Order: sequence, then C-alpha cells, then structure tokens
Amino acid sequence: MTDQQFNRRDLSWHPPAFFERYRSTHLRAPQQPLLQMPQTQTELTGPTFGHGDIGLRDDDLITNYAAEGETAQGPRIIVRGTLRDENGRPVPGKLIEVWQANAGGRYRHVNDGYLAPLDANFGGCGRCLTDEQGHYSFRTILPGPYPWPNGGNDWRPAHIHFSVFGDGFAQRLITQMYFEGDPHIALCPIVQSIPSDEAIDRLVARFDMERTVPMDIRAYRFDIVLRGRRATIFENQMEGT
Amino acid sequence: MPLRESPSQTAGPYVHIGCTPQIAGLDQREMGSQLGTTMVSEGRDSLTLCIKLLDGDDAPVKDALIEIWQADPSGNYTPSDTFRNWGRQASDLSTGIARFETLKPGRNGDQAPHILVWLVARGINLGLTTRIYFPDEDNTSDPVFALAGARADTLIATQTVDGFEHIIRLQGGNETVFFDV
Ligand SMILES: [Fe+3]
Repeated sequence: MTDQQFNRRDLSWHPPAFFERYRSTHLRAPQQPLLQMPQTQTELTGPTFGHGDIGLRDDDLITNYAAEGETAQGPRIIVRGTLRDENGRPVPGKLIEVWQANAGGRYRHVNDGYLAPLDANFGGCGRCLTDEQGHYSFRTILPGPYPWPNGGNDWRPAHIHFSVFGDGFAQRLITQMYFEGDPHIALCPIVQSIPSDEAIDRLVARFDMERTVPMDIRAYRFDIVLRGRRATIFENQMEGT
Repeated sequence: MPLRESPSQTAGPYVHIGCTPQIAGLDQREMGSQLGTTMVSEGRDSLTLCIKLLDGDDAPVKDALIEIWQADPSGNYTPSDTFRNWGRQASDLSTGIARFETLKPGRNGDQAPHILVWLVARGINLGLTTRIYFPDEDNTSDPVFALAGARADTLIATQTVDGFEHIIRLQGGNETVFFDV
C-alpha cells in the first residue's frame, strides 16, 4: 500500500458550499471554512469492489428493471468514457454508480411527485466497474428535464447522477453528467454554481456518432477525472524501472 | 497535472435510487446486492452508531447519504471476512437518523480511534468530510483532533446503551468541523 498523498483539492474549481440561487444550500452550507488537514492512512485508503458486488444487468438500465421481453421507454443511448486521475492515468476496477429520471423527467422514488408518469419498465439505477484501461459503459435511455422547487421557474437540464470511488476515500466524488446542446445548462442554478465555464464543460457529455450502433442505439462520451497522487521522485523512479 | 478533477455536483434528493435503492422504494429486478449495509458479519458483537445531520434551523436532514470508513479494532484498514471497514446508510426518510452496525476502531499510529464520515445531500455541492472520535478515549495526542482546537468537541460522539450517537451540525454556533482533506 502506498502512503503517497493526493493533490490538494482546488476548492475554487468546485461549486462553493453556499450559492444564493440554489436555495437548498442556504440552510445546508457550512459557514466555517473547511479545516485543512494532512492526509492520513484513513483518507488514503478506501473500499474496493469486485464483480461479485454487482449484478449481471446492472449496467443496462434499458432492461434491468423491465419485465421480461420489454424495455424502458425513451431514446436509447450508450454512455461511455474513461476514468482517469489528474495525472492522466486510467483508474481501473472502480465502482461507478448512476441514477437518473426516466424519459419524462420522473424519478422512481417515493419522494418524487412530478406529474410526468412513471415507466413500469424503468428503475433508473445502474452500476458498473471500470475495466483495466479505466473504461466504463452502460446502456440507458435519455433522461427528461424536470422542474424543481427553487423559488422560481427552475428546470434541471437532462442529466445523469454519477457516484465514483477511487483508491482512497479522499478521491470520493459525486457529480452529474449533462448532454451537449441542452439549453437548460446555461439556466440551471445547480450547474451554474460551478464557478467557471471551463469546469462546467467537463460535465457535458459529447455526442459520439462513431459509437452509435446502426438501427439500435446512439452514444455519448463522458470522461471522469479523480484527484491524482502527488508527483514525487520516488514515483518517477518506479515508473523508470 | 495534465487534467483537472471533475467538478462536484450535489447528489440531489434522489441519491437513494443509485446508492441505496431499497430506500428509494425500488424493488430491484436482477440487480446486485445493496452495497455497504452490512459491516459486521453475523455472530460478531457489534455496536450501533446513530448519526443525525441537522441543518441551520436545527431540523434533521432527511435526504442525506452517509458513508463511513474506519479501521478495524486492531487499527487496520484491510477488510476481512468478519468486518468490512466501509458502511453506507441513508438518513431515515422520516427521522433523519442514519444507523450503522459496526465495531469500534482501534488506534492507528498516533491517531486516536476515529471514523471518517463522508456525507452528501440535496443542497450540498461538494461532499463533506468529518470525523467521529470517542468520549472514552484519550484524543489529545491525535494530530487531526488537535487541529480542530476549540471546536474539537463537535467531533466527539456520545455514548448510548448500545453504542454511540453523533450529531453533525451543518451550521450555527456548534457547527461541526468539516475537513479539506
Ligand atoms: Fe436529478
């Protein structure tokens, strides 16, 4: 096991805890600054997952909640990409969990009362592991935009939620994937809480014509980056051997 | 550093669908097991750790996802057949309490027994990291605990009949210490 530290997180790159236009942050954003601490073995380690932890159809949201012989409603898409660290290295064998609304923008959740109908064949829950090259992919349907209570007329862009594990708990990340060309991206307070357009752009998946399957399914590409280990002389020597 | 970390976004109110699908009300067809619910194997005595998250109005946060990561009683971070060091629970949708069955961690080097807590929820833009220390341990030599100074009290759990409970305050005079790791 390595005790090599992770790069410090650039907090100005991430959305601030408090964001005026995102009302839910008002009572939930800590008011004290985060206390910087050294990384210890606790933060440098984390849980590991294997193929025994996930089911055979966890990576296929089109069928994993559907009745036998049926499929979820909506435009069929493949979402694929590579999990890397900030040093550009692929991160293999890591658990990625996704969840999303159905094609009408409705979640299969006891607390979601949006008037769009549920799809009896869609659960909206998926999981996969990155392969040896850090690649992941899953099949799903294009989620719909949906309105949400934020004090005004607010709509979420179509999006897929991502939960990602790394080698150490310090790399733990939850984020959202958006779709290229969605006009709601520029209007959504949750997206716009991210300080720079450059950072927002990292969360926008690109349409990937090359990976579409003729007469079957379209494809989007979404690459994910986790914190990298700090470069050290020791590490360079390891690479040279 | 050729790449930059993907920016964080809130887990939103429906995080359960992806991370604790049983809580969302999904009857899972063909899905693998729900992850992180069992830390201690059957037959081994565990303690109950109840974590409650309070917002700036002191109201319980009922849509949070809480993960813990800790050493085993010997201070090791290697999962075994009888103990997994990682646990994940949703705050109860009506009470806001997240309940873990776990073991008390051991000392790890100069660190007093502690549990890493990572939490996400609607309205939290970047997952928050804090720690739980124990009231019946000498925490004064612990370097991370010491960093918290006068606010270190917010990191200490309270003993209960069957384990410990811990309140995490997101705001206010007793705001819990959250770390930039
Ligand atoms: Fe959402």
